[in-house]
Amino acid sequence: MNLKVSSSPHIRAFGTTGRVMLNVIAALIPALGVSTYFFGLRVLVVVSVTIASCVIFEYISRKIMKRDNTITDLSAVVTGLLLAFTLSPATPLWICVLGAFVAIVVAKQMFGGIGNNFVNPAILARIVLAVSFPVQIGSWKIASAPGAALSNFADSVSGADLISSATPLGMLASGSTELPTYLELFLGNRAGSLGEVSVIALLLGGIYLIARGLIKIWIPISFCIGTVIIVLLSGGDPMYHLISGGLILGAFFMATDYVTSPLTNPGKIIFGLGCGLITGLIRIYGNLPEGVAFSILIMNIVTPHIDKLTIPVPFGGGKKHAKQKA
Amino acid sequence: MSDKKLTPLKNFTKGILAENPVLRLVLGTCPALAVTTTGKNGLGMGLAATFVLLGSNIVISLLRNVIPNKVRIPSFIVIIAGFVSIVQMLMKAYLQDLDRSLGIFIPLIVVNCIILARAEMFASKNSVLPSMIDALGMGAGFTAALVLMGSIREILGNGSFFDLSLPVLRSGGVIEPILIFILPPGGFFVFGILIALSQKLTQKLDKNAARKELKISCGMCKGCEAADNCSEKEG
Repeated sequence: MNLKVSSSPHIRAFGTTGRVMLNVIAALIPALGVSTYFFGLRVLVVVSVTIASCVIFEYISRKIMKRDNTITDLSAVVTGLLLAFTLSPATPLWICVLGAFVAIVVAKQMFGGIGNNFVNPAILARIVLAVSFPVQIGSWKIASAPGAALSNFADSVSGADLISSATPLGMLASGSTELPTYLELFLGNRAGSLGEVSVIALLLGGIYLIARGLIKIWIPISFCIGTVIIVLLSGGDPMYHLISGGLILGAFFMATDYVTSPLTNPGKIIFGLGCGLITGLIRIYGNLPEGVAFSILIMNIVTPHIDKLTIPVPFGGGKKHAKQKA
Repeated sequence: MSDKKLTPLKNFTKGILAENPVLRLVLGTCPALAVTTTGKNGLGMGLAATFVLLGSNIVISLLRNVIPNKVRIPSFIVIIAGFVSIVQMLMKAYLQDLDRSLGIFIPLIVVNCIILARAEMFASKNSVLPSMIDALGMGAGFTAALVLMGSIREILGNGSFFDLSLPVLRSGGVIEPILIFILPPGGFFVFGILIALSQKLTQKLDKNAARKELKISCGMCKGCEAADNCSEKEG
């Protein structure tokens, strides 16, 4: 009998980066579909431009830096998709390319590529664009009627048939009385960045990721709780704040990025609460109507310190034993 | 550095690249980040600081045997402050626009790290001529770095170069001005990227220099396995 002897580990896991990223892409597809239904084919144009430029920038910068190429792990595709999700469907395409450059080259590759970025690349790109081009980034659109954006092919691709409209949070900030209903917010028939509009599709994707064990529920839950606390304290409508703006997109898909969020469960809860509190404070007391991107950016930077504070004590370790040893 | 003889040329060029005060020594970053929103501001700031640096280096070098060691820093500051006052008055008299756009950063040259660092590290230990050359080299490096940063930020953030409008980068051109470049975060982005590039450049230069030095045979041919293939083999 011929017995093979090999050292442990014996179980081979298939949790490669590429597979995780593929699952994230799958989880984002419903939101993309709903967005295309409401905003027309222009959505797909913006998404393909950001994804293509992200992948190309990743390839070129790895080549120039003489590193192994990592485009097959699909992380650049996810970054491109998430970046497009934070933009208005009317964004000029050269701005999308510039955003992809900031995300991939500045935020990711300059710090060493996947696993070494200190902030979420899509979030940083979105903020750089929002600060640089306040007019173009803030030109929010809405279709004249649900499904109308898909009726004419040429107009649908150019986005010409969309009407300018304030975002729900913008309306709230300016004191408008004609706010969209909960149902409209839930389904996605409202102005906003193209990925954030449909809460139900995003929740579907988020639940899929949690069910597959790819993300843990702690960050999204504590993110929502943090925002609700601030909104309740200030006497606002917590439900309206939860389902308008980019909160669900940010909480499930951006704050949960492995590289830039804490490792331990207590750490994740602190991280999520921090994100939620900052989001609430910016929305209610700040100058801007929306604060999800800034809150995630700030907490990304704090993450190493949270990790340091919540490091678990190893079995048999701890302060007492360390002292005895010394 | 100290064991090698410093030729005047090397003394001058070290300030521009190998020991560029902003990009390599990371001194004087406050004005480098704050005033470089346009190329013109960068040039003005660089020249003003160069003037102060030159004057203070000469005077400190002349007085290096007179100033008591214990009170040397206050003495340096007094000398530097004198030259800063001269610059400030000259600018107020002849360059009012530039004076207005540089604002507080002209008087703040007094506490600029570069000037104090050169006084402490160089002028107080060397005679007048090398100190002058050191001041000119460091000043040129500071000015070059500021003009470079200012130009990049002005071109990308405002669509102009030394107040000359670039229609391609203006509204209605190919791309519009990227506002973040003239805001503080853009300053940090440009600064970081330039530091990384100059690091890369000097590494390359160092490697070339090291290779040149190795050409003078290592003298270990006996017992060296690679001696047969070595181009610097003895004899």
